[in-house]
Amino acid sequence: MDPDTDVRRVPGSRRIRSYWPQYLAISPFFLIFAVFGLFPVLFSLYLAFHRWDGFGEMEFVGLQQFRYVLDDGTFWLSMRNTFIIWVISTVPMLAMALVIAAMLNSTKRFSAFYRVAYFIPNITSLVAVAIFFGAVFSTNFGLVNAVLQAVGLPTGRWLTDPLGMKIAVATVMTWQWTGYNAIIYLAGMQTIPSDVYEAAKIDGAGPVQTFFRITIPMLRPIILFTVIVSTVSGLQSFTEPQVLFGTNTTLNPNTGGPGQGALTMVLYFYHQAFDNRDFGYGAAIAWVVFAVIALFAAINWRLVQRREK
Amino acid sequence: MRGAAVRTRPIVGAKRPRGLLRHLFLLAGVVVSLFPFYWMIVMATNTTSAIYRYPPTLTIGSELWTNIAHVFEKIPFFAAMGNTIVVAVSTTVLVLFFDSLAAFTFAKFEFPGRRALFGLLIAMFMLPAQLSLIPQFLVMVQFGWAGQLQALIVPAAANAFGIFWMRQYITGAVPDELLDAARLDGCGFFRQYWHVALPVIRPGLAFLGIYTFIMAWNDYVWPLIVLVDPDRLTLQVALSQLNRSYGQDYSMIMAGALLSVLPLVIMFTVFARGFIADAVKGAVRG
Repeated sequence: MDPDTDVRRVPGSRRIRSYWPQYLAISPFFLIFAVFGLFPVLFSLYLAFHRWDGFGEMEFVGLQQFRYVLDDGTFWLSMRNTFIIWVISTVPMLAMALVIAAMLNSTKRFSAFYRVAYFIPNITSLVAVAIFFGAVFSTNFGLVNAVLQAVGLPTGRWLTDPLGMKIAVATVMTWQWTGYNAIIYLAGMQTIPSDVYEAAKIDGAGPVQTFFRITIPMLRPIILFTVIVSTVSGLQSFTEPQVLFGTNTTLNPNTGGPGQGALTMVLYFYHQAFDNRDFGYGAAIAWVVFAVIALFAAINWRLVQRREK
Repeated sequence: MRGAAVRTRPIVGAKRPRGLLRHLFLLAGVVVSLFPFYWMIVMATNTTSAIYRYPPTLTIGSELWTNIAHVFEKIPFFAAMGNTIVVAVSTTVLVLFFDSLAAFTFAKFEFPGRRALFGLLIAMFMLPAQLSLIPQFLVMVQFGWAGQLQALIVPAAANAFGIFWMRQYITGAVPDELLDAARLDGCGFFRQYWHVALPVIRPGLAFLGIYTFIMAWNDYVWPLIVLVDPDRLTLQVALSQLNRSYGQDYSMIMAGALLSVLPLVIMFTVFARGFIADAVKGAVRG
């Protein structure tokens, strides 16, 4: 390891040694990465093949933990929940973001104000936002039900009904990320040369046609970026369901709200690893979740690329 | 001349109503975006019973101090905020130094293994956090850091995103000629960083600093896991506990949420314009 000892004899080592300031300059990141990044990832792979509660002997169990994950009905439930929440948050989020961005792109007035106002949800603490929406979706009489009652619509049991719970969680995500994605799309739209739009206008294309025939195809790389980011972060949702529906485990051995309707994959991982101290099983779940996300991100990548062709 | 013709057309007739509609639409979006803050204030300044009846109170009330006093009774609010400030400030200072120094090196210097090491850094992006959470926790227990604030600060002291973003920034912002001139004057590597690069990259540091501060302030998952000592929590974890224990006292909890959100929203609004532009740059280029 130490370049001063035996490397000295090797030709070229003087060359390497002359770069010591550069290596020193980048070393903090790589040291932190080795201790808190690389080692933990490798160790969690090792853990996934063992049974261990953190105190006693570690027991090698081969692929058994992975078999448990795949036979675990609660894990499949959490996967289903995660995907439902992902769909009902991401689809409206990205669609609205595109429309907002197109509107912003064709107006100059107040644009600085709009940008700040649309971006603020993104920097607001997720814990506070989740608590806020929990209060708003409360059955007797959160603001949502109060408004529904006022306009004569049936009220909902948002925090106890399986679909209502998912809508509550998805609302938090949609509120927090729509503006961010709109600003990203806007930046992309501003790189589309204006003569492309002028040519379309001369050809008699209306605003809707221009939006679908020019704006969206030319935004393809950025849409791809946002889809991948929303996939990776949406499928890892944890804080929203944990704050809204995580329970005190000494009182209730399950988590994720009534009927575990808002149990997501990462919340289930957290529950097994840190509430139940089942480190081997937790690690196995984490790797399965990783595989699911990687696979799904790859599928999305292919779909978006092909559809836009 | 053509430009003039194009410009006069929209002002007359047809475009005006559409422009108005557009602003109405955008304003509706702004209301959705900002309404939660208003409603948070309404809840925090009224009693819970005034909000949770039908029809609810919709205006700002006068119970704010009572609600805040209740927050202070239930959780050690100032201690939690103090911890959050310590963590956010130390993380930001360390990230600014380590990330900019590493980024400067990757952007402006050739050295053996540069490409491979930068590739390794990029690969870090791909690893989802939950893969390493259990062993990270075990490492902290081994170090005796579980429950301590350094468990939050040290792992966050340098990160792949910051180095990647700063490298892009420095490549464009620091002219090679300036570094060559400094070299001719006998400036070594570290003096080139300190005296030449740092003054030029201040705007980039401002973005990375605000970004890091926001992330550290709002961080929840890792503090929730590693802060095992209930007397030493960050604001987010304390707030979540307040919510879990006194979930029915909405006004009190909203007062707590408001206090935790306000400093960041104010800070962000002050720096917002440049910040948003820089935040977008990374995404659009990537």
